[in-house]
Amino acid sequence: MNQMNTEEPGVSAAVTLRGLRKTFGEVTAVDDVDLEIRDGEFFAMLGPSGSGKTTVLRMIAGFETPTSGEVRLGDRVVTKLPPFERDVNTVFQDYALFPHMNVLANVEYGLKVKKVGKKERRERALQALRSVRLEGFDGRRPGQLSGGQRQRVALARALVNRPKVLLLDEPLGALDLKLREEMQVELKAIQREVGITFLFVTHDQEEALTMSDRVAVFNAGRIEQVGTPAEVYEKPASAFVAGFVGTSNLIEGEAAQSILGRPGVYSVRPEKLRVETDLDAKLPEGEHSATGTVAEVVYAGAATRFVVDLDAGGRLVALQQNLQSSSMDVLKLREARVRLVWRREHEFAIPGPT
Amino acid sequence: MSTIATPGGPVRRLAGLLYRRPYLRLAGLLSAPLLWLVVAYLGALAALFAAAFWTTDVFTGEVVRQFNLGNFQELWSQGVYRTITLRSVGVAVAVTVVDGVIAFPMAFYMAKIASPRAQRWLVIAVLTPLWASYLVKAYAWRVMFSGTGVLNWVLDPFGIHGPGYGLPATVVTLAYLWLPYMILPLYAGLERLPNSLLDASGDLGARTFRTVIWPVAFPAVIAGSIFTFSLSLGDYITVKIVGGKSQLIGNVVYDNVGAANNLPFAAAVATIPVAVMVIYLVAVRRTGALDNL
Repeated sequence: MNQMNTEEPGVSAAVTLRGLRKTFGEVTAVDDVDLEIRDGEFFAMLGPSGSGKTTVLRMIAGFETPTSGEVRLGDRVVTKLPPFERDVNTVFQDYALFPHMNVLANVEYGLKVKKVGKKERRERALQALRSVRLEGFDGRRPGQLSGGQRQRVALARALVNRPKVLLLDEPLGALDLKLREEMQVELKAIQREVGITFLFVTHDQEEALTMSDRVAVFNAGRIEQVGTPAEVYEKPASAFVAGFVGTSNLIEGEAAQSILGRPGVYSVRPEKLRVETDLDAKLPEGEHSATGTVAEVVYAGAATRFVVDLDAGGRLVALQQNLQSSSMDVLKLREARVRLVWRREHEFAIPGPT
Repeated sequence: MSTIATPGGPVRRLAGLLYRRPYLRLAGLLSAPLLWLVVAYLGALAALFAAAFWTTDVFTGEVVRQFNLGNFQELWSQGVYRTITLRSVGVAVAVTVVDGVIAFPMAFYMAKIASPRAQRWLVIAVLTPLWASYLVKAYAWRVMFSGTGVLNWVLDPFGIHGPGYGLPATVVTLAYLWLPYMILPLYAGLERLPNSLLDASGDLGARTFRTVIWPVAFPAVIAGSIFTFSLSLGDYITVKIVGGKSQLIGNVVYDNVGAANNLPFAAAVATIPVAVMVIYLVAVRRTGALDNL
């Protein structure tokens, strides 16, 4: 199901996809994708591996030709153009730096091919290296750089061409956690500085939520939902989105009937649930509750995760900040009878089949 | 050290000993190949060099073991040896170029375009000719180049006559014989070239072959060329079979060992290809092609 609420007047589209399909032999990798990415946006394509997000990116970049459908950059139809005739550049997952060239030559490469004069070329390349905070590295070979530094060179090599859209294929996938978090902040800052539309592919929902202005969630070659991180997280359009973006916390079937008093499928985020040990306390106005037994307590430093088997059937995960409690207190709750309480506006009906 | 319990039989005890003594492990691993390398390989080469400075007694034909530069003086002063050397190097270069031109697209297809399944079969297909005897293959080409051979049968309707036996036939036959030695290193080298590098180059411009594929594959080309070049430089059988009256360095060595019974002179001639190869390797090193390995 595609949500196309992107037609805002005054905001032009940097990338437009219409009915995009791609099949490899018998396999349909991308199935009828419509999407509009606005100018200057930091846009994430999120999905599990094999969901078609990378294929979409490669079709925008020009490395794959769509089986059918249309790719537009601005007002220009580029569906069948080779990569170097499109106003986009790509940052590859493995960086794809040319091993036989030094950092400066790598960054200059695109300009050299476009026959930009030597002086301007050098200036722009050094400027690009400055913008990714890699001054003084121009003489090194890629083999002498760390993963994070290579990542920055790849970014500079793409940015120096001043593309309309920068495509990033799992840009942080090869970095370790600490570096990844640093680069998330950095990428965002660089994007604000250069003002170029960033379109990136990731399977990491946290990365997508923290970095992007809008997210498209992919599943099995289709887009399940497009929206801001808050929309996607708090109002998932399908059970898949609810499960992939965050923890799947579904109340469905008989449980929905007995707890909420109506049929259907509902999602509540774990951090919206309150764990109470007093089962008989009066329920405040506008709240719902469900009783159950704690099956598992996972202590994670700043917070504790409770897995609760509901009496009405089903299982919910509740995330509690360890504000006052200590590990000893929370661990004692294993197998205890508890009540989960949440505000009604935090439960969302999920449309479609589960 | 009797406190250390060594359970089990002598095998376990030996394993324990090797575990505690790394140099014993290394000695066990390397002594046999090192012995072979030093005695059989380098030793033979040293003997060759030493023999190159001896002479034979003109009357008895026996080797005189006395230091003497006569062999090298003769090689230098007789124009025919210079001609033969240049001819041999020319043939080796031609074979290398022909193999490179044929092997590159083939290796590229195998490494980058063919499906993994097809890739396996192609590697096998490239390797199988190596199972057949050298002589069989060389004689097969002799038949093809003969006056009534396949080549003339194909070319005659166009009014062209095949080259017959001679240096061109030698180059063709050697290029055929050594082709796998060029394809395999190239295939290995190109396989290591990430696809994303080709994408990146396509993304940034359109001079992929010259600026990306060639420099990355160059060390592999050099590796292959060392095989084809040195194998061609030392060959004397193919040229005997399809080369007509042409002589290469190998033939001079062969004739001096056999017919002329002048072992020291044969040794002196045999140093020529060694010297050429050393010069070639030094030149390759100079280009910096091996820095990216």
